[in-house]
Amino acid sequence: MITLDAYGWRHGGRRAWAVRGVDLRIERGERVLLLGPSGAGKSTLLSALAGLLDTASGEAEGTLKVEGRPGIVFQDPQAQLVMTRAGDEVAFGLENLAWPAAGLWPRVDEVLAQVGFPYDRDRPTGRLSGGEQQRLVVAAALAPRPDLLLLDEPTANLDPAGAALVRAALAAVGPDVATVIVEHRIAEILPLITRVVVLDPGGGVRADGPPGLLSGPLGAELAAAGVWVPGHPLPARPALHSPGEPLISTFDLRVRRNAYSDMVVQEREIVAVTGPNGVGKSTLALALGGLLRPAAGRVSTADGEPHRWRARRLAARIGSVFQNPEHQFVTRTVRDELALGGTSPVHVDELLDRLHLAELARANPFTLSGGQARRLSVATALAAAPRLLILDEPTFGQDRRTWTEMVDLLAALRDEGHGIVAVTHDPDLVTALDAREVALSAPPQEIAPVAFSREGRQG
Amino acid sequence: MTTLLARRAPVAKLGAALTLSVAAVLTLDPVALAVLAAIPLVTAPLFGLSPLRLLRRAWPAFAAAVGIILSLALFSADRGGTVYVHFGPFLVTSSVLATAGAYALRLVALSLPAVLFTATTDPTDLADSLVQHVRAPARFAYGALAAYRLVGLLTEEYQQLTMARRARGIDSGGNPLRWAKLFAGTAFGLLVGAIRRGTRLAQAMDARGFDAGLPRTIARPSRFGPPDVALLLGTVFLATVPLLAL
Repeated sequence: MITLDAYGWRHGGRRAWAVRGVDLRIERGERVLLLGPSGAGKSTLLSALAGLLDTASGEAEGTLKVEGRPGIVFQDPQAQLVMTRAGDEVAFGLENLAWPAAGLWPRVDEVLAQVGFPYDRDRPTGRLSGGEQQRLVVAAALAPRPDLLLLDEPTANLDPAGAALVRAALAAVGPDVATVIVEHRIAEILPLITRVVVLDPGGGVRADGPPGLLSGPLGAELAAAGVWVPGHPLPARPALHSPGEPLISTFDLRVRRNAYSDMVVQEREIVAVTGPNGVGKSTLALALGGLLRPAAGRVSTADGEPHRWRARRLAARIGSVFQNPEHQFVTRTVRDELALGGTSPVHVDELLDRLHLAELARANPFTLSGGQARRLSVATALAAAPRLLILDEPTFGQDRRTWTEMVDLLAALRDEGHGIVAVTHDPDLVTALDAREVALSAPPQEIAPVAFSREGRQG
Repeated sequence: MTTLLARRAPVAKLGAALTLSVAAVLTLDPVALAVLAAIPLVTAPLFGLSPLRLLRRAWPAFAAAVGIILSLALFSADRGGTVYVHFGPFLVTSSVLATAGAYALRLVALSLPAVLFTATTDPTDLADSLVQHVRAPARFAYGALAAYRLVGLLTEEYQQLTMARRARGIDSGGNPLRWAKLFAGTAFGLLVGAIRRGTRLAQAMDARGFDAGLPRTIARPSRFGPPDVALLLGTVFLATVPLLAL
């Protein structure tokens, strides 16, 4: 159904080909996992198969033939949802393709049931969790009965529960559809796969065969290149020293609608804040970082309450790293980003070296790759030399190589004396760093924590 | 939103709101303007909104009306009639008050119908109605609807950016100049993010066959019937009476 002969694509204005020399045949019913190191052109190839590469924006060579209609699912559900109600979202694609009006709503209901969407059609899309939204996006892609389903890292932005929802939806795809998936974390998706295709960054197909292919030497090669091949051991970086003085502590803390048990973070330790979506992990990180005012209770340090400090003083004591690194960038070069706030040039050079950013010193922060942007955001938080670091999902969407770099960096910072708080969904991170885990759980009712904290203050 | 008038076709409601607003632009007679402003207030319950809630939602219009009165008291050229207050540069006379009051009232009469319309109309229904009843291009109507969803995400994004900047050691420290500079930087960051997300959304919409030149199916048929015509004609009647009679 898909035929590629020596296919290549070069984006307009670039010298290098994004993909080149690809020969590939894919039939109905196959579920292909497309692998390769970053920069091998996986996403470009998916866009080509989806017919989204316009010859006005680049140059193609070789032949590309797709028989049938493609449907595509991207990474970020927020950048794919069009309508405000779930049912309308699925109907949108059907309307565009002039689906017969009489069969339209029955088809919407059918496909929502197929992916296990738990709400009715009128559910506002803005009130769905990320996993639910992505499941809706998959339903919308499946609705017009595509012959070819393309998925570009469909679970990279989701927590483990959300990713499981999406995989369950994919398992329900019928045998007359060809599926092509690009995904970093492949252990969970392998049971759904019938064939693995590895792209070579130098052009062409490096390997092509059954999933068993990955247990051989090819698996080791790919793991070294950053692919999350299952069965390859991860580094272990337990603390070298025992924890020191307390840096920050909370008392009867309540922020927004969440109540928290008291906690302390010490020097030379890593605290991992875990728990399902929506229990207020990021909110806790913002409160510890002095960025949100507590609704009740206290966050305290030796120098007082962080949310009362001026920004300058805050940055010198607590470094916060946000989930989206780009939110933190305010200048035009990597070097300026670190020099902001009067960091000495010597210290800037040290940071550039330490975080492997020296070659990128003059690059625009907004043009960095995911792993580089993440390193820069950690470097900016370190620039004013704070003792306490707070990171929100530091390993989100990282490939195996950048993940290992992050683990090494956090372990080194801890052993130098920093206290670190990491909000995370990543059990491997907790294990590798031997972090102390603070597991937040959902309160039975929204009102309960309020009543609890009032009693606490009176008593 | 199941009351008699809330259920009307959104384009009919939009037409009615525009009729009242246009009428408010055509007159400066305080009594006529008061009648025009009263129409949305009195009919609000028929749209499922209490008059009090309508007034509360329209607070920016009232704030602007107060601004008009204050600035005319300062700058008005015609300062005849009885002097009420003369304090520093403030000179309030009967003629100043009459002019300022009329302009303020016009602003309120102009805004209330629009506020009532937006408060009682679902954006999706409006897009459907624009496409089906006035043949607006789907590209425009549903493209705007998708953009409207993204605008809702901007508030959250702005808060994130502000907090991220504070974490970087950047705040205004109460200095308005620095605040303005900081705001401009944050707004620029917001814009960059919005353009990126908008581009990706446009690509996702393309991939789903949007605006591919095919005739679209209508999933949500919207009716434009005699009650909608009645709403429009009724509003035209109500809007012209105060214009002609006063």
